[in-house]
Amino acid sequence: MKRDWLPLALVPAIALAALPLVASPPIWVTLTVAGLAMGMMIFMMASGLTLVFGLMDVMNFAHGVFISVGAYGAASVLIAMKAEVQAPGLAANLAAIGPALLAAVALAGVLGWFFERVVIRPVYGDHLRQILVTMGGLIVVEQLIIVVWGPDVIPLPRPAALTGAFIFGDAAIERYRVLAVVVGLALFGAMWLLLNRTRIGLLVRAGVENAEMVESLGYRIRRLFVGVFVAGSALAGLGGVMWAMYQESLNAQMGMQVMVLIFIVVIIGGLGSVGGCFAGALLVGLTANYTGFLAPKLALGSNILLMVLVLLWRPRGLYPVGK
Amino acid sequence: MIRDLLSGDLPRSRALSAALLLVLAGLALAPFLFPGTRSLDVAAKVCVFVVLVASYDLLLGYTGIVSFAHTMFFGIGGYGIGLAAANWGSSWASLAAGSALALLLAAAVALAVGLLSLRVRAIFFAMITLAVASFFQILASQMSWLTGGEDGVNFNLPRLLHSRLVAYYLVFGSSLALFLLLLRIVNSPFGRVLLSIRENEFRAEALGYRTVYYRTAANCIGALGATAAGLLYAVWLRYTGPAATLSFDIMVDILLMVVIGGMGTMYGAPLGAAIFVLAQTYLRDLMKLASGALEGVPLLPSLLHPDRWLLWLGILFILCVYYFPTGIVGRLRARRA
Repeated sequence: MKRDWLPLALVPAIALAALPLVASPPIWVTLTVAGLAMGMMIFMMASGLTLVFGLMDVMNFAHGVFISVGAYGAASVLIAMKAEVQAPGLAANLAAIGPALLAAVALAGVLGWFFERVVIRPVYGDHLRQILVTMGGLIVVEQLIIVVWGPDVIPLPRPAALTGAFIFGDAAIERYRVLAVVVGLALFGAMWLLLNRTRIGLLVRAGVENAEMVESLGYRIRRLFVGVFVAGSALAGLGGVMWAMYQESLNAQMGMQVMVLIFIVVIIGGLGSVGGCFAGALLVGLTANYTGFLAPKLALGSNILLMVLVLLWRPRGLYPVGK
Repeated sequence: MIRDLLSGDLPRSRALSAALLLVLAGLALAPFLFPGTRSLDVAAKVCVFVVLVASYDLLLGYTGIVSFAHTMFFGIGGYGIGLAAANWGSSWASLAAGSALALLLAAAVALAVGLLSLRVRAIFFAMITLAVASFFQILASQMSWLTGGEDGVNFNLPRLLHSRLVAYYLVFGSSLALFLLLLRIVNSPFGRVLLSIRENEFRAEALGYRTVYYRTAANCIGALGATAAGLLYAVWLRYTGPAATLSFDIMVDILLMVVIGGMGTMYGAPLGAAIFVLAQTYLRDLMKLASGALEGVPLLPSLLHPDRWLLWLGILFILCVYYFPTGIVGRLRARRA
């Protein structure tokens, strides 16, 4: 199969095009890293959504609550382990971050499992009711978060080892952003290997193409569904923690707020396509940061504009999934 | 005569007719039956939401597309009147100009969003409208030199509308006319095509109807209806702001009213709006009482706190979609058959 590199080539193309506009290379480096970091975090949160759509034809408008629930779960752990978080050593920090990430992934995964079973299962194959029901689920969980954790914004200081910046010449690069890029790349790599080099990945990809055929060959597609759904929710929880630490605060509406970005990314990438989601997330992250610097007034609309341009070029997104 | 007014689409159930007449009479005589500022506010809100919900039902119930931008158009209407009256003086001419601009803008935005997203998949449309609406909401609160930011705009109206009675009957009369117009639209040949698209898009296309055009047209009509409702609401409140028109909570309210009333039946709109607005206004007081009475019990008071109103709405909404998909109107009609 011939690979379509054009959309992926857009990412460096946009970065290079922004260089003469930004004019100062150190600022450009800072902006680019910030954009990549933002893109990677969005990718973590969005990948589950797009995969679930590709595999099960379910658009989960409540995906955002897994983000918030993950972030809240991790925040509870981090706040309880305040001493370790503020300690200067990396080892002590990791001792707090590890359980926090685990809590986020576990909480979001369990909620995802419950959500799939109770809310989504009765409405497979009915887009209209899916949208309505998952929207209702979003509201309910968001309100439950307020009941449990209170309505106020919770400040979430980053662990000591992750604050500060690396200085290269004139360019300052925040450590946390480097970490986000590394984690994001690792996740994308792992996901690519899992999808393209393992038997489970083969089944998932086959399921995206034609679920009935996979089922008729004797595989239980339902089990695959649930697994992908839970994994996607857990990833969203992980992305939620990263995002909350990036913003250094969290509130119950954060999932809904990020959700808009995620939708834009998923639409740009082509519904159901993981590679498209990756390219779309990086594009959105980069454009948001460049326009935020060049024309702060336009920053709000830049993502919508990007989406419109991509859809005018390819109406089904960068990498349309054949259906 | 009545048959013509209702475009031949009669309620077809005695209980439903009685309920509709009750709502109509209650709204028509509200200033005399329920004097007092608060109850008149409730009545006016019901009138406005009847139009808002009916125009949304045109999209959701009749065409089968989910839009999350309905409050955006509601807001465009509100800001159209609000900004015109605040900046160009409180004359009838400025109100007319503001309304015309709002309607034009709404139609243009609806056309653009529709053409961009309705050609591919219905689910695209829901996601894109959500993104566009949230963008618009941020825009309205950021451009505070124009829109007053989160505080919104207070403005004056022509002298005639200072009388609450005149203002109320303007809102009531316009809402009734708009509702009948929407009823006319869904019962026209155009409305039949919308229904056929909802039932089987492929087949409608095969019969020679360009479904994209019909869907986009429906989207524009729905948007214009919401804008008109926004104009009326602004006239009644003499205020426009993000919380009153654009907030996502209102979108949820609309969804709930459509589902409770009954999707795909224009008559669901007045019933859903009346029941919901009444419950919203008076049930909250009840929740406050319950929350206060349960002071000391763990968790329960915070679950019943009046601000957690949305939690119960959400649960009710999910249950309605599962077990009550045809709404009140569907149930009443089914009982007869």
